[in-house]
Amino acid sequence: MESSRKRRVHGMLKLYYGMNEEGKAAEQAKSLDPCDINGPHFDHEVFLNKLRRECSLAELMDQETCMVKQIRSLDSDMQTLVYENYNKFISATDTIRKMKNDFKKMEDEMDGLSANMAAITDFSASISGTLQDQHAQITKLSGVHTLLRKLQFLFELPARLNKCLELQAFAQAVRSHRRARCVLQQYSHLPSFKGIQDDCHAIMDKLAQELRQKFRDGGSSAKDLSECVELLLQLDEPAEELCDKFLSHARSRLELELQALEAEITPCPSASAVKDPPARRLPSAAAAGSPTDNLPKTGATPSPTSNTDILEFIDRGCNEFVSSLCLVITSYQELFITHAQTGELASKNIPQMASAKLNAFVDDLAARYFSLVERRIQEEKGVGDNSLLVRALDRFHRRLQAVTKLLPGSAVAHRGTEIVMRAATERVKQYLSALQSFYMDSLTDVRQALATPRLAGASGPGGGAHFGGAAASGRDAPTSLPELLSSLSASILNQIKSVLASVHLFTAKDITFSNKPYFKGEFCSQGVRESLVVNFIKFVCQSSRQFCDNAGDKGGSTPPALLLLLSRLCLDYETSTITYILTLTDEQFLVQHHSPVTPVTTLCAEAREAAQKLLNHYVKVQGLIISQMLRKSVETRDWVNTIEPRNVRAVMKRVVEDTTSIDVQVGLLYEEGVRKAHSSDSSKRTFSVYSSSRQQARYAASYTPSAPMDTNLLSNIHKLFSERIDIFSSVEFNKVSVITGIIKISLKTFLECVRLRTFGRFGLQQIQVDCHYLQMYLWRFVSDENLVHFLLDEIVGSSAHRCLDPAPMEQSVIEVICERG
Amino acid sequence: VVNHWKMEDDAPVIYGLEFQARALTAQTAETDAIRFLVGTQSLKFDNQIHIIDFDDENNIINKNVLLHRAGEIWHIGASPADKAVLTTCYNKTSDSRVVSCAAVWRMPSDWETGSNESPDDSAHNPQTLELLCHLDDGAHSNAACVLWEPMGDGKRVISLADNHALLWDLQESSTQATVSSSATLEGKGQLKFTSGKWSPHHNCSQLATANDTAIRGWDLRSMSQIYCIENAHGQLVRDLDFNPNRQYYLASCGDDCKVKFWDVRNVQEPVKTLEEHSHWVWSVRYNHSHDQLVLTASSDSRLILSNMVSISSEPFGHLVDDEELSEGEENHHEDKGKEPLQDSVVSTFEEHEDSVYAAEWSSADPWLFASLSYDGRLVINRVPRALKYRILL
Repeated sequence: MESSRKRRVHGMLKLYYGMNEEGKAAEQAKSLDPCDINGPHFDHEVFLNKLRRECSLAELMDQETCMVKQIRSLDSDMQTLVYENYNKFISATDTIRKMKNDFKKMEDEMDGLSANMAAITDFSASISGTLQDQHAQITKLSGVHTLLRKLQFLFELPARLNKCLELQAFAQAVRSHRRARCVLQQYSHLPSFKGIQDDCHAIMDKLAQELRQKFRDGGSSAKDLSECVELLLQLDEPAEELCDKFLSHARSRLELELQALEAEITPCPSASAVKDPPARRLPSAAAAGSPTDNLPKTGATPSPTSNTDILEFIDRGCNEFVSSLCLVITSYQELFITHAQTGELASKNIPQMASAKLNAFVDDLAARYFSLVERRIQEEKGVGDNSLLVRALDRFHRRLQAVTKLLPGSAVAHRGTEIVMRAATERVKQYLSALQSFYMDSLTDVRQALATPRLAGASGPGGGAHFGGAAASGRDAPTSLPELLSSLSASILNQIKSVLASVHLFTAKDITFSNKPYFKGEFCSQGVRESLVVNFIKFVCQSSRQFCDNAGDKGGSTPPALLLLLSRLCLDYETSTITYILTLTDEQFLVQHHSPVTPVTTLCAEAREAAQKLLNHYVKVQGLIISQMLRKSVETRDWVNTIEPRNVRAVMKRVVEDTTSIDVQVGLLYEEGVRKAHSSDSSKRTFSVYSSSRQQARYAASYTPSAPMDTNLLSNIHKLFSERIDIFSSVEFNKVSVITGIIKISLKTFLECVRLRTFGRFGLQQIQVDCHYLQMYLWRFVSDENLVHFLLDEIVGSSAHRCLDPAPMEQSVIEVICERG
Repeated sequence: VVNHWKMEDDAPVIYGLEFQARALTAQTAETDAIRFLVGTQSLKFDNQIHIIDFDDENNIINKNVLLHRAGEIWHIGASPADKAVLTTCYNKTSDSRVVSCAAVWRMPSDWETGSNESPDDSAHNPQTLELLCHLDDGAHSNAACVLWEPMGDGKRVISLADNHALLWDLQESSTQATVSSSATLEGKGQLKFTSGKWSPHHNCSQLATANDTAIRGWDLRSMSQIYCIENAHGQLVRDLDFNPNRQYYLASCGDDCKVKFWDVRNVQEPVKTLEEHSHWVWSVRYNHSHDQLVLTASSDSRLILSNMVSISSEPFGHLVDDEELSEGEENHHEDKGKEPLQDSVVSTFEEHEDSVYAAEWSSADPWLFASLSYDGRLVINRVPRALKYRILL
């Protein structure tokens, strides 16, 4: 507020003093108005005229008061400004005056100082002139002294060297000799020096001999050895030979360690493989009752073939072999490469030669170490605790980094990674086979659970099974089949999850090799996703389908309930489980697919196909069971000489009973499905005994009628228009379709059997009664009741045809008999 | 009639019998005319043998009817040597008892002339078959089928009755039949032969029979079993046929809806299995000349012609160029242009509306076959022309 007022005041002052020439253009528009009291073009006449014209008296009065007020405040502002500026001017004048005085004083002092300095320079020059001669003399004397000391050193050298030799102070001896060597060489034409040189040579030869001896004795410590080598190198020993010797010493020590490692591995891995099957059985979650925590249990049992676990083994390998190897590399490099690069040895290409030798040496030993490690890894067959193996591999890999760091060009790290990769791939394979055997075991358990209650009592094909084999009878435990399915499904899923979790360890962040491109890409997509998950799903589908193939003929080996259950399992896989598992995998492993992977849709299609096949097979098997009953009942009876029907035959009741229990069984796992609307009197329908007569041909042109038909054409019209019935056809995934399939098979069998027999009057009547009974109970199960009507019509019609004395029974009598049951 | 459609197949020719029928055979001894014999099943009327002649040129059927008063016919077999001689298995009802019998018959010598004069007459005033002899030794009844010695002189037949296989010698112009040897099926329960086939190989010394789910081979010289395929089919075995060119190959079909091909030297597993039918398969027949063509008839009302190249005596087929294939007809389900040829369904024939119980190749024209459904409909069909040329060229 205050500042804005000030700025306005400043602006007006500026305006007053004509300082705003440069801002003119910008303000032009605003200030052109002659009525703007603050503008440069203000015209008081115009302004006043305007006011007088536009404003009332009161407004004019107000305007005036306002104006007076503004003028007053402007006046006081101006006064304040003038006063402030005056004060500043006064103080500036004072300051300038004071400065003038001070400078004058300072000038005088500076003059005094320069005079004194000149005097000091004079004195100093005279002093140094007097001391010149003495200084030269002293320098000369000290030079002579040094020379004498050197000579003395030379003369004393042999003795000193001997002394050193005695004291084993080889390092000092060599150092001394090196100092003297050049001088001796230079003055060797003088006899005295020559003598000294020869003495020295002799002594040094002896020394070298001793050093070599020491070097050859492997017992000396690594540090001693290095010292030896260093000294020998300084004594101009051939470096190549030294390298070889050094390495062979190191090799013998490292090989000892390798042998110790090898002793840890069982001598004959192939024999152990036989004892320990590749896929160790996982504990079955279904049997254990709890689908969780089943992996760690097996993990606890160690591989029986070796005494030490793999982590311990790798630890030993790392601590002994790898660290020794590192030590060797370090000292070798120190001696032959780093040193050589600086000294005069560099010229002789020694570093190159030395590092080539080193690389060969390391590669050779590492290869042997790797083969041991691989052998040990191969013994890890148990799929239990994966973390141990992963930790071992991690340690193995991590420790190799040290070697790489020391020896950047070496392939060791690369080879090590390859071993880890192979181990991981192998592991994935083992997990797959473990999963597979787990699945098969689970199925065996389900099979047992299905079989148990049946022995206990209920023997019908519809008998469900109570999980866990409690005292429940088959039919009284309607929830058992879904329970079995969900527990099977859950245990498989859990197993997959725990396997995924185990495999996931390979890609954990704190594992050194997890950031290798292989583990980021190929391992996740090809290894885990394809080899493990996708293959397992395929296995589930395929093994399920095998139940249809091998058990197909007799139908007895696989319980129908199992077929039904597997079919539902596969269908569930198709609808959700596969997507879930693959999404889970992709999420856990962040799979980036570089190579093409099996799409979810392919797997789903496969699962659906398996489900379809299983369900079809279920229908076939169940249909067969009922068919057999019907067939036996038709074949074994003498239909010509049978008595007048009084009852529905027991086999028909059995058929209805079995159909009902199959209906219940299927209803446990599958939805109802759609059926066509029933007519109001579905159960009460009469059959024409002549209904199945032959119809006219569709191929009228080439049809050659031979004689009037002896059968009733009229009643056959609906057959002409009805669809051809596929008896063993594909069923849909719902209860009605399944039951319809089974009933179709059964009734068609009935029809074909009837056509093979000859009937008497009562035989025909019995068939009429039986068919009416079936009609009463079966229509409700099927999708289209007309189908049941049609087939039953055919049966009654065919038996009428095959009847020697076709006198059908009264419909009312049939109804009475059937209602009596 | 000039055929204008070069590659189009002729429409099937259909003939309707007034009675239900199950028995069909080609007239084996007749190699010039295309002729089939059909036996009817009627409990009320006199049963008939229909002699169906097919005029290939005009696509017309000529028929003659002979009466078979003895009873309803379940099986029929034509003599390989004498055109006029045939056997039937029939049911005879007497005193509320149904008995299955077998007999050898001769057609009256002038049946053919009668039909030519007035075709309508023959239907109303048919001649009767002349009985040559009963195949009845007094001990065994319930004949399931009678088999003629393949390519024989018409002097030897085998009848399968209950659990016995009886080898008969026909003497005195077939008027007298004596059992020369017999074999009996031993085992638990009531065993019963359902069907059989006399092998044309090994000097006609072998027989194959079916009972329940098993197939057995017999040596006729010693009348002893030589092989047995237990559980050849999941359910009842309905029919058998020998590959005419490969002596160890045998086809079978049954109630499990399957058709299986066996190598009898190794009976553990079938060589090949077909699952094309949706109900019981009642008949399986190899083509006499081109054994890759196999006909199967089923109670799903369908007749299926399969091309089993991989197990035929002509496994490599013939090279076919695309041009020829592109003219293939609709029914042709084969994978086109594939070499070597693969086993496939050639055609599914849907002309029947009831269970098809029999199918037979013509003995005169290797590309023609007849099928018979229960409602008395006989359908004569041909191998699709494209396939025929493919096999021939």
